Amino acid sequence: MRPFLAAAAVAVLSLAACSDGGRQETNSDTSGGGNAAGSSGYTVAFVTHETPGDTFWDKVRAGAEQAAKDEGVTLKYSNDPDAGKQAQLIQSAVDAKVNGIATTLVTPDALAGAVKSATTAGIPVVGLNAGIDQYQKLGALMYFGSDETVAGTSVGQRIAAAGAKHPLCVIHQTGSVSLEARCAGVKSAVPGTENLQVNGADDSAVTTTLQAKLAQDKSIDYVVTLGAPVALDAINAKQQASSPAKIVTFDLNQEMAKRIKDGSVEFAIDQQPYAQGYMAVSSLYLYLKNGNDLGGGKPVLTGPSFVDSANIDKILPFTEKNTR
Amino acid sequence: MTVATAEPRTRTRPVRLGALLARPEVGALAAAVAIFVFFLLVAPSFRSSASFFTVLYQSSTIGIVAVGVGLLMIGGEFDLSAGVMPISAGLVNSMFCWYFGVNLWVGAVLSLAFCLAVGFLNGWLVMRTGIPSFLITLGTFFVLQGANLGVTKLVTGSVSSSDISAIDGFASLQKVFASSFTLGSATVWITVLWWILFVALAAWTLQRARVGNWIYAVGGSADSARAVGVPVVRTKIGLFMTVSFLGWFVGMHSLYRFNTLQAGNGVGNEFLYIIAAVVGGTLLTGGFGNAIGAAIGAFIFGMTSLGIVYAGWDPNWFKAFLGVMLLLAVLVNTYVKRLATKGRPS
Repeated sequence: MRPFLAAAAVAVLSLAACSDGGRQETNSDTSGGGNAAGSSGYTVAFVTHETPGDTFWDKVRAGAEQAAKDEGVTLKYSNDPDAGKQAQLIQSAVDAKVNGIATTLVTPDALAGAVKSATTAGIPVVGLNAGIDQYQKLGALMYFGSDETVAGTSVGQRIAAAGAKHPLCVIHQTGSVSLEARCAGVKSAVPGTENLQVNGADDSAVTTTLQAKLAQDKSIDYVVTLGAPVALDAINAKQQASSPAKIVTFDLNQEMAKRIKDGSVEFAIDQQPYAQGYMAVSSLYLYLKNGNDLGGGKPVLTGPSFVDSANIDKILPFTEKNTR
Repeated sequence: MTVATAEPRTRTRPVRLGALLARPEVGALAAAVAIFVFFLLVAPSFRSSASFFTVLYQSSTIGIVAVGVGLLMIGGEFDLSAGVMPISAGLVNSMFCWYFGVNLWVGAVLSLAFCLAVGFLNGWLVMRTGIPSFLITLGTFFVLQGANLGVTKLVTGSVSSSDISAIDGFASLQKVFASSFTLGSATVWITVLWWILFVALAAWTLQRARVGNWIYAVGGSADSARAVGVPVVRTKIGLFMTVSFLGWFVGMHSLYRFNTLQAGNGVGNEFLYIIAAVVGGTLLTGGFGNAIGAAIGAFIFGMTSLGIVYAGWDPNWFKAFLGVMLLLAVLVNTYVKRLATKGRPS
């Protein structure tokens, strides 16, 4: 299929007026010389609360898939943003008698029953991404993720040091515990922090709402967005409202890396989703193969890691490969 | 009965009042004026022309599709795929041109053809099978939503489309779909002008053109319409294609304004379009409503969503406010309609 597509591309390129700025033809092979899938004989179920279409989860999954490839593990990925359905996905992994389960624990109470039935069946469970305070209580062995409140606080401390008095924290999903925790963290370092709810599913709505807010309150000096796409809208809104506010953001993607490079965004705070996915699968592999326990009974933090003008040149190529 | 025997002199006044009240947009217009005055009073930063045009811009991004959805609802059908259609349109354009490195105009035309085809398929399936459009378009909605994600991931390796700002044709397309100019201290986005044009076109069609009569007829009763020689199938399929054309238009705007698109976006907007049309006096049962009403509905939406922010209130409450608005609009519409039909002699 690839040679055909490439040939078709060449044909179209020579027919239509060739235009720059499109896809770069690359010969890089993403397989990276791992083992054949399943050669270690382990099957790992990977369950998340991903809402389809979020660049963040894309990277978690890419990391998990790379780890599975490197270690010869068969990976079964499934996801559902609804807590009850996620519990069912864990339960069905237990029923399928997988060797290990990696799951996000965003709604610990709803998932407790399913995790318990996994541990009673003797299937090791590791937590990732969310549930840092509850994973041990639920019976998960290890945890890979960042502490949202710690991450929020470190953003708050950094902008406070830069003189922030009245930051605006933009929540793009209603009722999300982790997003609220990030803003609470920012507020703990900068008491003047104000939260703003926007409709993250519609870029025009995000832009106009932010624009309206920046026009309404000229004292806002920082805009803290909790996802990279929202930060891109914030850049638009800031220009429209001709606001002097600086923009900082959680999470990273390729566009965002470019905006950090050109200075329109001060910095991004990265919880390294690729590493979360990779480590969750690898830790199960090590546990099954060798009885290893990572983190010494404590959660393993994959962030917060700051990305700013100082280190963007090193990180930009990784964002282009969709691994950071 | 009593009306028939009443004196002609007393008959004229209730009829004229009834005719005024029978206009679908009257309730919405009253609500819009009330909300506008309300925000002028409570939100100081709402009072500038810059804010007014920001509100108009926000309204236009909903309103352009809402006009089409309003026409379709007058014609007695729903389109739930209208929310993700703009994203599909933008993604088709963006990814085709990015993958093959061709001029963006090629992709824009291709994307238009794609959207019209989806609209045609919606209409054709509804007419051919007799299954309610609610179900058919719910199906296309899910298909488009899934395909948006699946295809984007396959082509770009990520779930957002790639940067296309360096591809040929970007500047000229941006002029058409996503340019802006300043008017005094305000920025006017071109979508506002397009919105007004589309509304005017739709209003003219409904009031003056033969197709307009057909739309009311097929929405009122498809069987009677068919009996008097209205081309029901053609009219309804045309309406579905109108909605997808307008969806394409908004998709082009998003693409050339934001350059990259999130493949999972747009979900939920289909209800905003329906809300705008209903608040504007369109009946869910079809056969009643007009384009100006849908436009006012979209304006109310834009005004409340941003007015709350301009007033400095907690926007968490916005959805609750919207729900109350919707209920009030429906109540007013039902009341007005009953009043209007009571005053009519026959």
